Amino acid sequence: MKLVIGIVRPEQANQVLEALYRAEVRGFSMSRVQGHGGEMDRVETYRGTTVQMGLSEKVRFEVAVSDGFVDKTVGALCEGGRTGEVGDGKIFVVPLDHAVRIRTGDSDEGAVTPVSK
Amino acid sequence: MSSGIDTGDTAWMLVATALVLLMTPALGLFYAGLVRSKNVLNTFMMSIAAIAVATITWAAVGYSLAFDGHGALIGGLGNAFMSGVDFAPREGTTIPELVFFAFQATFCIITTALISGAVVERMRFAPFLVFSALWSVLVYAVLAHWAFGGGWLISGGTLDFAGGVPVEMASGFSALAAALFVGARKDYGRQALLPHNAVFVLLGAGLLWFGWFGFNGGSGFSTGEPSVLAFTNTLLCPAATLVVWFALDLMRGRKVTAIGAATAIVVGCVLITPAGGYVSPGWAMLLGALGAIPSYGIIVWRTRTRVDETLDVLAAHGTAGFIGILFIGFFAQEAWNGVSDGLLYGNAAQLGDQALAALAAPTYAFVATFVLLKALGAVMPLRASDREEAMGMDVVQHGEEAYVTGEGAILLLPDDGEKVAVPVADPG
Repeated sequence: MKLVIGIVRPEQANQVLEALYRAEVRGFSMSRVQGHGGEMDRVETYRGTTVQMGLSEKVRFEVAVSDGFVDKTVGALCEGGRTGEVGDGKIFVVPLDHAVRIRTGDSDEGAVTPVSK
Repeated sequence: MSSGIDTGDTAWMLVATALVLLMTPALGLFYAGLVRSKNVLNTFMMSIAAIAVATITWAAVGYSLAFDGHGALIGGLGNAFMSGVDFAPREGTTIPELVFFAFQATFCIITTALISGAVVERMRFAPFLVFSALWSVLVYAVLAHWAFGGGWLISGGTLDFAGGVPVEMASGFSALAAALFVGARKDYGRQALLPHNAVFVLLGAGLLWFGWFGFNGGSGFSTGEPSVLAFTNTLLCPAATLVVWFALDLMRGRKVTAIGAATAIVVGCVLITPAGGYVSPGWAMLLGALGAIPSYGIIVWRTRTRVDETLDVLAAHGTAGFIGILFIGFFAQEAWNGVSDGLLYGNAAQLGDQALAALAAPTYAFVATFVLLKALGAVMPLRASDREEAMGMDVVQHGEEAYVTGEGAILLLPDDGEKVAVPVADPG
């Protein structure tokens, strides 16, 4: 059981969603974050005040999956998130100790496996 | 004061001019609410750009081509660079020509700004500036001459009180041409591209309606009966459109929508624009009610096509302007307007004159805009790249964001203000 964290460009978020659905990864959460990953900073000017914007908007996907789904999930995040330019984001796969589905009390593998109802 | 000037008329027209100018930032707000948050400033700036560019072109040649002389197709250059535009009354009015000039300038501005609705979220800003300058002269001034300035439509008997021809049909059908030529946004039809702030849309529509009292109420150039009639019709007609729009929304989706209501306000104001001073208050309400239906239908239909006429200028302005112009042909009433009757009151010829305008204006606007963009597109790229479109036009075109947080922003001091940003990870 792993937690796959993918940080991608906000404008690629829809492609990532599509790729995840195609890979039959059904459960995930996403949040807006700000980050910096070596891309060119944007210089903006507000009425004479010029600033270098060090942080860019990113979207962070968190997907808890059983071991068999790790590669599929990582593949979907890569496929949907890639533009080829610096700043496409990163994927982290970390071990997951325990998971519980609140509604049923199912734990671990049962909690991260999609159910039909 | 020069002789022939009426102080009351002039006072009203000064106020009406300011009211109409307010409509352009109001339109900017309306449009800005309808786009995604990464394109808010660019969208609003297109309206501001129209104020900048169209005012200058209007002063240079636009006004003269529209209002100098009685040529069939185009005016003269006698008033170019505002030559002879002074305190003397404008022919046929009791207001100084300077006020008449400014009032008409605000019409040119808002019409130019309206077209931006077809190309937001992907057209580059610089070509839009050039387009605005050329369009305001080659399309707006020509059609204003036809309908207002002594050209073949007005001298042939077409009635257009406040701009069904040069403002509403011109912008609507030019918008269609622009949308077809510039092309759809890259994600159009694949992703849901949603309005980012419905409150902006409602507030923008409200301010447009407020300004429209100057637009229609000022188009009699006096405080006389046509102006008063148009003023009150500007209240009645959009209210009827709103009620019918609510009903259509209820029938279609069982809910009355806010953005639908904002759209209805604009459609209602457009419907009464050509007809304001020519139809009775009762017929104005009927116009508002009936006219809602085709615009509603076109909005529903258009979003199912590949035509990304993004903010529905064709449905709201082109279609409603078309309906308003034709409506005069049926329901104009000499007892109210002192000028002419429509078909319902026994004058079928009026309907013919209106139908002529309803064919000529859309045709000219569509063709001229298409040719203009083709020429412009040969000289400079009109569109941002897909990558830029994804980032958003605010950062790419203006170097600003509408909803900036400031977190992680580093102040660049004036002495290193010229420093070009380098990739932080780049060791060099």
